[in-house]
Amino acid sequence: MKKKYIAVVDYGMGNLMSVSKALASVYPDVRVTSSKSVINSADAVVLPGVGAFEDAVKHLNKKGISRIIKSNIDSGKPFLGICLGLQLLFTRSEENGTFEGFDVIKGTVKKFPAKIKLKVPQIGWNKIFIKQKSPMLKGIKDGSFVYFVHSYYGVPEDKSIISTETVYGVKFASSVCFDNVFASQFHPEKSQRVGLKILENFVELTKCS
Amino acid sequence: MKNNYLAKRIIPCLDVKNGEVVKGIKFLNLVKAGDPVKAALEYDRQGGDELVFLDITASHEKRKTIIDVVRKTASKIFIPLTVGGGINQIKDIRALLKAGADKVSINTAAVKNPNLIKQAAKIFGSQCIVVAIDAKRCGKNKWEVYTHGGRNATGIDAVKWAKKMTSLGAGEILLTSMDADGTKKGYDIPLTKAVSESVNIPVIASGGAGNVKHMVEVLKKGKADAVLAASIFHYKTHTVASVKKQLKRNGALVRT
Repeated sequence: MKKKYIAVVDYGMGNLMSVSKALASVYPDVRVTSSKSVINSADAVVLPGVGAFEDAVKHLNKKGISRIIKSNIDSGKPFLGICLGLQLLFTRSEENGTFEGFDVIKGTVKKFPAKIKLKVPQIGWNKIFIKQKSPMLKGIKDGSFVYFVHSYYGVPEDKSIISTETVYGVKFASSVCFDNVFASQFHPEKSQRVGLKILENFVELTKCS
Repeated sequence: MKNNYLAKRIIPCLDVKNGEVVKGIKFLNLVKAGDPVKAALEYDRQGGDELVFLDITASHEKRKTIIDVVRKTASKIFIPLTVGGGINQIKDIRALLKAGADKVSINTAAVKNPNLIKQAAKIFGSQCIVVAIDAKRCGKNKWEVYTHGGRNATGIDAVKWAKKMTSLGAGEILLTSMDADGTKKGYDIPLTKAVSESVNIPVIASGGAGNVKHMVEVLKKGKADAVLAASIFHYKTHTVASVKKQLKRNGALVRT
């Protein structure tokens, strides 16, 4: 029988160590990769990432990875996007200009407005308020604290895909969930017990698929 | 509904020398005090929101020991981990991030070469670049930046320096009052407030925590976004959990 594994997409943006280590604590085979065939043969795909939207999109397009990620999402494979990995799914981002994303989620990535009078980036632990029950949030209490580091957030046109909301001057979608996709603006890999539980839930979905 | 639920962070700090935890009083008189990985696990269990390792190893050959400590810690603990001390070049940052650190804290090297902050922020992202400022009062509402673990005066104004570091791409400021550090008499509130109000990035207050009231004071009056403390936790005067309970009672929003 073919060995099951989770692919963590490496596209040269930031530090993937914490994501892969956290996943490795709940799943035996996690592979950090930029290889299209390794991504295609994986049982689940994780798209992490920190850094600028423009750099990430350019890099992913150049390497042909954008297309692979989209086709993996279309195939129904469990997909987890984290931070920039959530923002990349949107139609466009307004970070330092306007740049096109994968358009898997209709909507725009926007910057926290100056009027909120709070420090940007938002750094630290903020609460998630559950808007939609899903297997990804099994065992997660409403109002749990998770770790954020970001200046931008995605605004989906279809509000029904919002999984959790978080309040930082404005109320924003801190995670989305639809079909085989779960993506969070927060970092489950840095969110201690709550985050590990979410990663465990993702692994459960991977096993059933 | 309130308009912000971002919690104030409580960050235990471990001073590490040659792979062992020590705690300095006013940067001098180092006393040996234990295994950093064990201490980190204990702080994680108690509810520490992040962890800081400050590597005070003096010799270059022994620098690799901190990489080992980071690697062991990062495979067991899933909260943000910052490492500071002795970081001079991009390759030092890369090695620490690769070992599993989430952020690095840079102090002396930023003064020697401010461009390092700009470069590092561009390569790794501002979110992982913390600039540490050791400041000492030099007049009424004036503080001077010191480097080399508090040994060298620079003549640089701390508030101006914080602004400059922010503009070069620092993601956070870790601000230590050298006057307050080790005294357990409370944080330097005017210093913290002056820096926090002059930059739009989070400020972590450090130096002087003797009790929870001091923390409440620096979070409220000092406008700090987080507090760092070492000895208050390390000698088991308080646990992170007991501190958070008291902070909550005093109206601060903390992660519990």
